[in-house]
Amino acid sequence: MSEVLVVVDHVDGAVKKPTYELLTIAKRLGEPSAVYIGPADKASEVTDKVKKYGAEKVYVVDDAQLKGYLVAPKAEALAQLVEKASPAAILIPSSAEGKEIGGRLSIKLQSGLITDAVDVQPGDGGAPVTTQSVFAGNFTVQAKVTQGTPIITVKPNSAAPEESEGAGAVEEFTPTISDTAKTAQIVAAQPRQATGRPELTEAAIVVSGGRGTGGNFEPIEALADALGAAVGASRAAVDSGWMPHTFQVGQTGKTVSPQLYVANGISGAIQHRAGMQTSKTIVAVNKDEEAPMFELVDFGVVGDLHTVLPAATEEINKRKG
Amino acid sequence: MNIVVCVKYVPDATADRQFESDNTVDRVGVDGLLSELDEYGVEQSLQIKEKAGDDTTVTALCVGPEKALDAVRKALQMGADKGVHVIDDAIAGSDAAATSLVLAKAIEKIGAETPVDLVVGGLASTDAGMSVVPAMLAERLGLPQVTLASVVEFQGDQVRIKRDGDTATEVIGGTMPLVLSVTDQSGEARYPSFKGIMAAKKKPLETWSLSDLGVEADQVGLAAAWTEVVDTAARPPRTAGEIVKDEDGSGATALAEFLASKKFI
Ligand SMILES: Cc1cc2nc3c(=O)[nH]c(=O)nc-3n(C[C@H](O)[C@H](O)[C@H](O)COP(=O)(O)OP(=O)(O)OC[C@H]3O[C@@H](n4cnc5c(N)ncnc54)[C@H](O)[C@@H]3O)c2cc1C
Ligand SMILES: Cc1cc2nc3c(=O)[nH]c(=O)nc-3n(C[C@H](O)[C@H](O)[C@H](O)COP(=O)(O)OP(=O)(O)OC[C@H]3O[C@@H](n4cnc5c(N)ncnc54)[C@H](O)[C@@H]3O)c2cc1C
Repeated sequence: MSEVLVVVDHVDGAVKKPTYELLTIAKRLGEPSAVYIGPADKASEVTDKVKKYGAEKVYVVDDAQLKGYLVAPKAEALAQLVEKASPAAILIPSSAEGKEIGGRLSIKLQSGLITDAVDVQPGDGGAPVTTQSVFAGNFTVQAKVTQGTPIITVKPNSAAPEESEGAGAVEEFTPTISDTAKTAQIVAAQPRQATGRPELTEAAIVVSGGRGTGGNFEPIEALADALGAAVGASRAAVDSGWMPHTFQVGQTGKTVSPQLYVANGISGAIQHRAGMQTSKTIVAVNKDEEAPMFELVDFGVVGDLHTVLPAATEEINKRKG
Repeated sequence: MNIVVCVKYVPDATADRQFESDNTVDRVGVDGLLSELDEYGVEQSLQIKEKAGDDTTVTALCVGPEKALDAVRKALQMGADKGVHVIDDAIAGSDAAATSLVLAKAIEKIGAETPVDLVVGGLASTDAGMSVVPAMLAERLGLPQVTLASVVEFQGDQVRIKRDGDTATEVIGGTMPLVLSVTDQSGEARYPSFKGIMAAKKKPLETWSLSDLGVEADQVGLAAAWTEVVDTAARPPRTAGEIVKDEDGSGATALAEFLASKKFI
């Protein structure tokens, strides 16, 4: 069976959940090999984690000479690794950076790229078949790569991580980074402040607020905390300066696909729907019964979020005991 | 300064977007427009021109079918100086790699006399929305990639942007020539003024085919694509859910009840 490369999603060696999802998908397609590009001193910690989800090999690429630059050196490193390992496919987390790496890799390797897959399955004897959700979630597209090594970026929540012990054989890989890859410099970086809540794109439950909050996100946050959820926002709420852009759900924000999405005071514009339409269960609270968001919901409450949410939160906390 | 801003013509997101029987996007039957997210690229290009001075040229470049000319026109109306529309039947059905090839060749041709200093793109198209073409262009053109900017600053040939990265807010710096892409956070795009609309009619507009770019027909299009769409299906409409009116707190109880029934509590 051939190797399937999985690019490890992590922050300074702290492995993120999409990594395990990708490893689970890789196992369907071949032998998972994790590719860790990061600080070398965290490699053994990362190895311990990824081998629990089936990584047979762990390629360790020390990022000391890569990290001060945007995207290009990582793409170069991966291209060299692909030449060496000849994998059956390469799976990359579908983050902004992941997609850009995929784009550059595609040109370098003269290989097809598929972005934002929500499912990947083995094809009949050939390239894996991907599922994408397109046009604001109104269409489902199945596609495959027909040239080169399939490069697929996969969205968070695309598979339930399955534990399965892999060998986790560590192989250090030292790429040669060209000078042209070092031309876009990261001059400064300010890590995002931890919110203490789950990450928006990875969360099982997302509670969002829109213009209808009138700028008061307290009821949204309280409900989110009662449910162990991440907090999201519509663009109207972000543009009003109530929430940072990193909380925005939609076409120009994050796409989420949680088990439960609760939209409060959000009308349901197509650009917002584009970011949440594939959520498993959708709930809305809106005082306008004509709001388009109600077309999507499994359950909706026509009412004022400022009274409904605090009461519901209290009720939930009571039930939790 | 010589700036090329890449603008895509897309089917209107608020219209009923469809696929053709060959699984390509219906780009004729549905009304189209300049991808709204590319207005931000035009805006930033114009702001850079305003700061850099009059010897700056902004060329709007679009690869697309006949109607895609509308996207170029809109950019000219906003204030771009020149338009280039690359149109060729062979391009239909191209994937991202092929699209970036055509764009890269066109950028090289635009820069044949005066080298291009800045290639500007948007955050993503509003149809496919892959968010990869600018990175592909940087790779093909061998230029620094300074992408997904929410703030753009430049001084001389130095460009600095703020990028809301996946895990950090970053400041990225590069030296022109480079590829820049901007997000919808970079600042409202201007509306074409009446004067702008009139002036646009007289602005130079070139139409190029693949042979003008030295690209072979078999390098692009559906047949040459490195990816293949095997099936498209409309997502089944969501089944209508239960909607209750909140009266004297009944909404909150019903909501909690629903969440409990689905085991979210
Ligand atoms: C290119 C482009 C990209 C975009 N990208 C995004 C994106 O990524 N994400 C996004 O969200 N939008 C995006 N938009 C904007 C989108 O079109 C909408 O304008 C936006 O989603 C509206 O946000 P909203 O629903 O919060 O506000 P509104 O549409 O104003 O809706 C507010 C809702 O709150 C309800 N309400 C008011 N008060 C209360 C109350 N007390 N209790 C309960 N309900 C109340 C109202 O009935 C109304 O339905 C984009 C637009 C464009 C053109
Ligand atoms: C639903 C759907 C799914 C698709 N999936 C894939 C896939 O998985 N893999 C694949 O290779 N192709 C795919 N395609 C084809 C791909 O969308 C097109 O080839 C497209 O030209 C490039 O990708 P994009 O529109 O996503 O551009 P993006 O990368 O999102 O565009 C970013 C920027 O690039 C510039 N730009 C992009 N296209 C043009 C253009 N034609 N003219 C001028 N400037 C432009 C603009 O500045 C734009 O803001 C898909 C198409 C559709 C409709």
